[in-house]
Amino acid sequence: MSTHANRVALHASVATPHRANVTDEIRKLLVSFFEWFGLFGDFCAKLAHAFLTPPYEWRELMRQCDSIGTLSLPLVALAGAATGVVLSMETRDSLSRFGAKSMLPAVIVYSILKESGPVITGLVVSGRVGAGIGAELGSMRVTEQIDAMEASAVDPFRYLVATRVLACILMLPLLTLAADMAGIFMGWVANNLQEPISLQLFFDNGFKTVAFDDFLPPTLKTMVYGLIIGTIACFEGMRTTGGTAGVGRSTTRSVVLASLFVILADVVLVRLILVFFP
Amino acid sequence: MDANDSNEEKTPVSVEDVHKAFGEQKVLNGVNLQVGRGETLAVLGRSGTGKSVLLKLLIGLDKPDSGVVRMHGQDVAALKPEQLAALRKRIGFLFQQAALYDSLTVEENVAFPLSRHSKDSPEQQRERVHQLLESVGMGDHGHKMPSQISGGMQKRVGLARALVLEPDILLFDEPTAGLDPITTDEIGELIVNQQKERKLTAIVVTHDIRGAKAFADRLVLLRDGKVVAEGTFQELQKSQDKFVTQFVGSA
Repeated sequence: MSTHANRVALHASVATPHRANVTDEIRKLLVSFFEWFGLFGDFCAKLAHAFLTPPYEWRELMRQCDSIGTLSLPLVALAGAATGVVLSMETRDSLSRFGAKSMLPAVIVYSILKESGPVITGLVVSGRVGAGIGAELGSMRVTEQIDAMEASAVDPFRYLVATRVLACILMLPLLTLAADMAGIFMGWVANNLQEPISLQLFFDNGFKTVAFDDFLPPTLKTMVYGLIIGTIACFEGMRTTGGTAGVGRSTTRSVVLASLFVILADVVLVRLILVFFP
Repeated sequence: MDANDSNEEKTPVSVEDVHKAFGEQKVLNGVNLQVGRGETLAVLGRSGTGKSVLLKLLIGLDKPDSGVVRMHGQDVAALKPEQLAALRKRIGFLFQQAALYDSLTVEENVAFPLSRHSKDSPEQQRERVHQLLESVGMGDHGHKMPSQISGGMQKRVGLARALVLEPDILLFDEPTAGLDPITTDEIGELIVNQQKERKLTAIVVTHDIRGAKAFADRLVLLRDGKVVAEGTFQELQKSQDKFVTQFVGSA
């Protein structure tokens, strides 16, 4: 009996610290999860205030539009072009099986305008711009450049954050247009190599069934992607701690979270577009 | 002028029983100090004794857990954002690594606060930036990027930027850290000259006791987050405290 009691006592003494550790870990995870959302909410409130009240940093906004828009353009166009080629090759085979090959231009144009163009743009910009902003603001934070800005009575939130987020919001739809055009054009090139068709005819067939509602809401939904990418990358960059290793962590978190939230937002936005533009 | 204004005039910087901790680590543990108008105070102490944290509390980049920091008679932690911004325009801050904006040229770095707060014409602003860069010996380097100049030069540019809004209080965080002895002397001389020329109140956080002896009117020694000694260099030399004599003796 006493041996059994000892064994039970021993088991309890081993199991309890382990269970306590697991509970402790779960508690810490939950705290950091809610803490992230709390801090992010506070950050968004400050951002809204910076958007709605002057002064505005117009010159820095222009610089950021150039940096985010112009420098992302080749990458976005290339990604859009690749999507157009792949769509053309994959869809041709499927449509041939159903004897609907003549629908190919419409399918390419419709898919690119409705979904592929916006999502590809969102993800490419999440990677390029999300990493860029996260790393830039992160290094500014750890090298005290942001403190220096505050010390000279310049609000870093207005100068660094609001301008970057607004530039992302403004540039995403324009970059999406570039991705759409590159995709449709390269879709035609890929199609033309398989079965010659004039650009005029391809466009006529492609855009015959496309309405304005098929083009405008999906293009404008990328403004929400821009808001997500800019806000998350700035948030992660601004709260960087821990030297260069910290900059690396913020950069990774910026890209991962921005891409993830863009995909999640897409689900909601597509549903909303279907409701409001049936 | 009432009593408060007069007090503010005489003591533009006042720290009263300030405590600050980061998690479990207590950094400042009841610090008290006053700095008179036109005075240069050197804050000395070993690494990790909260010297840089103290400077950040003075300019409102951080808030004390308890106690009061007054700059020009205003409780820094209680100020509204616009009041804090107005106060910061009257304070210049030279950061430990100069903290120059690395996407801007030397000239743009110095012009940055000016372009946002000055009502002068762009031409007048350019002239002022040029004058300041000349005064710190960087007149020929305005077009360079911070990455293209040495650490000592970056400190000079940082000093020019700290002076550009014509502050009446200057805060220096380790102005000579990581510099060779000749550049250290040059920067020290520059600080003394600028401080005397502009009649500024200055607080210099430093490890460099030799430099502090040269440019400070008064020295404060921090240990375990508290002021353990305060006085002129000569007064500290007479101290019986082993820590103080060890520190001062190294000069």
